[in-house]
Amino acid sequence: MKDSLRRIWAMLVKEFHQLRRDPVTFGLVVAMPLIQLSLFGFAINNDPRHLKAAIESNDSSVYTRTIQAALKNSSYFDLVPVTRPGEGEEMLRQGKVQFLIIIPPNFSRDLVRGDQPQLLVLADATDPASTGNATAAVEQSVLSGLRHDLIGPMMARAPPASPVDVVIQRRYNPEGITSHNIVPGLLAIVLSMTMVTMTSISVARERERGTMENLLATPLRPMEVMAGKILPFVAIGVLQTIIILGVALIVFGVPFQGPAWALAIGTLVFVTVSLLLGFTLSTFAESQMQAMQMSFFYILPSILLSGFAFPFAGMPSWAQWLGECLPVTHFLRVVRGVMLKGWGFGDTLTQVGVLIAMGVALAFLAAHRYGDTLE
Amino acid sequence: MSEAPAISVSGITKCFGGRTVVDHVSMDIGQGRISGFLGPNGSGKTTTLRMICGLLIPDEGEGTVLGLDLATCRAEIKQKVGYMTQRFGLFEDLTIRENLNFFADAHGLSDKKRRVTAALEQLGLATRSHQLAGTLSGGWKQRLALAACTLHEPRILLLDEPTAGVDPLARREFWDEIHRLAGEGVTVLVSTHYMDEAERCHDIAYIAYGVLRARGTAQEIIRDSGLVALTGEGPGADRLAPKLEKRPGVAMAAAFGTTVHVCGEEMGALREAVNEIAPEIRWHETEPTLEDIFIHLMRQSPDNSVEVAA
Repeated sequence: MKDSLRRIWAMLVKEFHQLRRDPVTFGLVVAMPLIQLSLFGFAINNDPRHLKAAIESNDSSVYTRTIQAALKNSSYFDLVPVTRPGEGEEMLRQGKVQFLIIIPPNFSRDLVRGDQPQLLVLADATDPASTGNATAAVEQSVLSGLRHDLIGPMMARAPPASPVDVVIQRRYNPEGITSHNIVPGLLAIVLSMTMVTMTSISVARERERGTMENLLATPLRPMEVMAGKILPFVAIGVLQTIIILGVALIVFGVPFQGPAWALAIGTLVFVTVSLLLGFTLSTFAESQMQAMQMSFFYILPSILLSGFAFPFAGMPSWAQWLGECLPVTHFLRVVRGVMLKGWGFGDTLTQVGVLIAMGVALAFLAAHRYGDTLE
Repeated sequence: MSEAPAISVSGITKCFGGRTVVDHVSMDIGQGRISGFLGPNGSGKTTTLRMICGLLIPDEGEGTVLGLDLATCRAEIKQKVGYMTQRFGLFEDLTIRENLNFFADAHGLSDKKRRVTAALEQLGLATRSHQLAGTLSGGWKQRLALAACTLHEPRILLLDEPTAGVDPLARREFWDEIHRLAGEGVTVLVSTHYMDEAERCHDIAYIAYGVLRARGTAQEIIRDSGLVALTGEGPGADRLAPKLEKRPGVAMAAAFGTTVHVCGEEMGALREAVNEIAPEIRWHETEPTLEDIFIHLMRQSPDNSVEVAA
């Protein structure tokens, strides 16, 4: 046991010195989370507002003005008036506007008569996500805007009260702020990218540089090499976590509802699993190039299928199964759960348990694959 | 040799992808002996060394290293054997001292600081111990690698072409060090392509394309080779080699400076051949060199390192 610790120490010191002499890599470790956070944290918005909408008004009255004002006040639309017929369609086709709203002739007259005039809203649904929320907002804002004008004798035209009062509470992120969802998710993504890529390269590098033969010729056991290579990166993972959480709380104002220690445990488990995964990948790679390609092969599904970028529940069940196999999926639930939903340690247990099981399986696979011979 | 051999392997065989790289090699190496391991490129020298130090598991055959079984005691063997790889295998981005510290820790050596410092002083690198290993010249790298693999005072040293690309002075010093270690009882198996190094070994093993072709001291190998040789001196002697080589009875001919060296399996036929081609040259009998014998053995062995299309 004492000998084994000494051998792990030998690896640790070696890895530390090598990392220390590679300032570019170390710089990336610190810079990457910051760059990704500022890019994605600020850039991604699932609830886009101030979308350009062309408005072709063929009628002018207090009602049409109210409708325009209501649309503007919803903050979803910036209105662009259309000056000649057909211009609106052209603008929509060319992508200059995302919406075209047409108020037909005699709109106000028909409204007063109770003929239920039509208000046509054309949306560019090429990208459904970008226009979805705004489309939903149109009817609501038109109706609530008009309600103020439909008074006195016009009361009869006002929309009737709904038979059911539907109460909607948006829990955990009431304002629907995208960054509150994206920024904690980025913790999972940045950690997987760094941890998986760096460890997967590290074993391949020993092989490429010809130092593997020497490592194998020493009494170092596979598990000891693994421990020595993984532990320094745990420290790096902790550093990245501190950076990301710091920025999340201070710059993005992401709430932190649950206990910090529950997240700390989840993070440590996830970091270890990611490192083991990287180590396992590297035992399959013959060169650093191959190791890089393998880790990219892992990173992409981690972003797309884990529930980071797209709704997990929206995927077909086979894709959800794939997603369940990715460690990121489970860690995402832990981060979002603890930070936004106030999960305690007990709530994270299922996800952390899955992660631990993955880690144990990977450790055995990696140790088996690494072996103590050159074969 | 009364005591048990330090290394004893019998019938060890290794195949890679259907190609037999080492084919039933058996040999004993006595304690404190320096054995030279010779053979053409790709003949299985490195594979044999790797099997002896536990880096590869033989497909067939068995062996013991310091009485430890090759099949079951690889971890113990690794602690008692020092293996120097053909390619510089230390960490180039670590300093000289950091490299030695790593090996001291990996072997769990007590007294690390003293041992490392002693090794640095013996190397003559005490003042440069903070230099990165990657910035050393070829000769220094070699010496550092030797220091690293002898730090744990192994009883057996396996050196894979340790002096390739190293200048003569560094080579001489390297060999002095090997003889010093052998004097302390360390058993050395060293692969090389240099004939002068082969002659500095106590005995020689010659392997060609996986098969052990000759084993013994230099004198024994020369005696048992069955080759005879002539050296010719005279005007234009050095230009005769290509012509001589085509004659029956001449196994090979090569120019050495202004002289020509021929050898064959039978003296009568050899004399007849040279007198026919160059009667004006003065010929005298010499002993065949190790190089003659090895080249002769190599030409007789089928080269299986290149796959022949079926």
